[in-house]
Amino acid sequence: MKKGWLVPAAFAACCLPLPWLALQLARGELGANPIEALLDALGYTAFTLLALTLACTPAQIVLKWNWPIRIRKLLGDFCFFYACLHLLTYVVIDQGLDLAGIANDVVKHKFIFLGMATWLLLLPLAVTSTRGWQRRLSYRRWKRLHRLVYLAGGLASFHFLLRFKTPRLETVLWMTVIAVLLIVRAVEAVRRRSRMIESS
Amino acid sequence: MRPSVMTPKSLYLLRREFLKLGAGSALALSLPAFARAKVEHGPKLAGVTPNPKFALSDEKRNSFEDITTYNNFYELGTDKSDPSENAAKLQTSPWTLSVEGEVAKPRKWDMADILKSFPIEERVYRLRCVEAWSMVIPWDGFPLADFLKKHEPTSRAKYVAFESVVQPQLPGIKGFAGIPFPYVEGLRIDEAVHPLSLLVVGLYGETLPNQDGAPIRLIVPWKYGFKSAKSLVRIRLQETQPPTTWSQYAPNEYGFYANVNPDVDHPRWSQSKERRIGEVLRRKTLPFNGYTEVASLYAGMDLRKFY
Repeated sequence: MKKGWLVPAAFAACCLPLPWLALQLARGELGANPIEALLDALGYTAFTLLALTLACTPAQIVLKWNWPIRIRKLLGDFCFFYACLHLLTYVVIDQGLDLAGIANDVVKHKFIFLGMATWLLLLPLAVTSTRGWQRRLSYRRWKRLHRLVYLAGGLASFHFLLRFKTPRLETVLWMTVIAVLLIVRAVEAVRRRSRMIESS
Repeated sequence: MRPSVMTPKSLYLLRREFLKLGAGSALALSLPAFARAKVEHGPKLAGVTPNPKFALSDEKRNSFEDITTYNNFYELGTDKSDPSENAAKLQTSPWTLSVEGEVAKPRKWDMADILKSFPIEERVYRLRCVEAWSMVIPWDGFPLADFLKKHEPTSRAKYVAFESVVQPQLPGIKGFAGIPFPYVEGLRIDEAVHPLSLLVVGLYGETLPNQDGAPIRLIVPWKYGFKSAKSLVRIRLQETQPPTTWSQYAPNEYGFYANVNPDVDHPRWSQSKERRIGEVLRRKTLPFNGYTEVASLYAGMDLRKFY
């Protein structure tokens, strides 16, 4: 079944946080510390999209849905887009381009280090997310490279957890979601391997 | 064996929250709520005299709205906007503040008696949160030293322990806030009787809003905000250093002293700068939050060790 509206609809949905945040900022609804609120919201959006990207394959395995795979690249690209906005907000607005201070933050504080490491992991994945790069790298190597997203999911979870002084329920919930998505893949990989051994 | 014997209370609470959430509300989580609660003003406090020594006139005061909608008060919820949204759930009347321990005259105070017994002055103080933001706030209160003196501390009173309210209907108390309650804090006696240490009953000339720690709270302006315990029900003078909530929860992140110190980072973020609420670029954090007159209290102490 072809669903021609799926990709444009997903694209529009991924854009929605921008006008939503702009509106709230303009109306002064981001609270007494709008920079912190903006930073949180952008990071949260990037993290949600990372989780959705990671959910596409499990959806196929468990629910036999094939359509999420068709928007996986879009979700991944938007995840990186919001991760970039999150990083830019931190570097330019939150830290006021104090590069020495930022370097100190990255080296000394694992909360910042984890965020930066996640972004660095996402960078090559976003660059090579096109069909052209898939061909250039050969599908096998491209697939191996894109397994970095599992690590990015793990690091992002811990970055999110350390954001608050105490573990928040929503953070623990999201970490559980990421863990389940990774476990589904691992189980499937083991099953497939044992099936291959049986049939050989 | 009962399950409660095997499960730490916090884990049990977290699990209960999970069950309450259900699948449907997981979706709601993806839409963070930013709406600010409407600002409500309280009754005016009678007879407040501004103290010109603490006018802090060269620094811009934060708005009443900022001070009452951006709060850390885990009994009322862990988000900054939770305390103002849940403020009505805190019952502040009747209220008893009990003073006990190493004093010749212990006493259970009624709020009305406190307000009658101490002249209230306005002092504008900087408040520096451990989370690297700060505000300038006009508090209404009276020196903690004057209050303690009334109870005649004995020679064994080396420390002062503070205890905040626990009411079962508060969202942080019945839900999951991550820290144990009651919230407890403490000061050394010389810190407590320092002229800067204040018991606060008002803000901007009005009765202290619930989200800011009504009806009576501590303010110690040279220490990180978490030292200034809110909604006090007990003040106990004692010979030994009292346990304090955050330093027990994460001893490597929060110390007993918790003096504002730009040279000692929090393990997760730098303390060298802070964002004054209302400003964009961060400003430098000052040692002792700019209240350097307290430095002599710590003469000879390694403040990297006693953070």
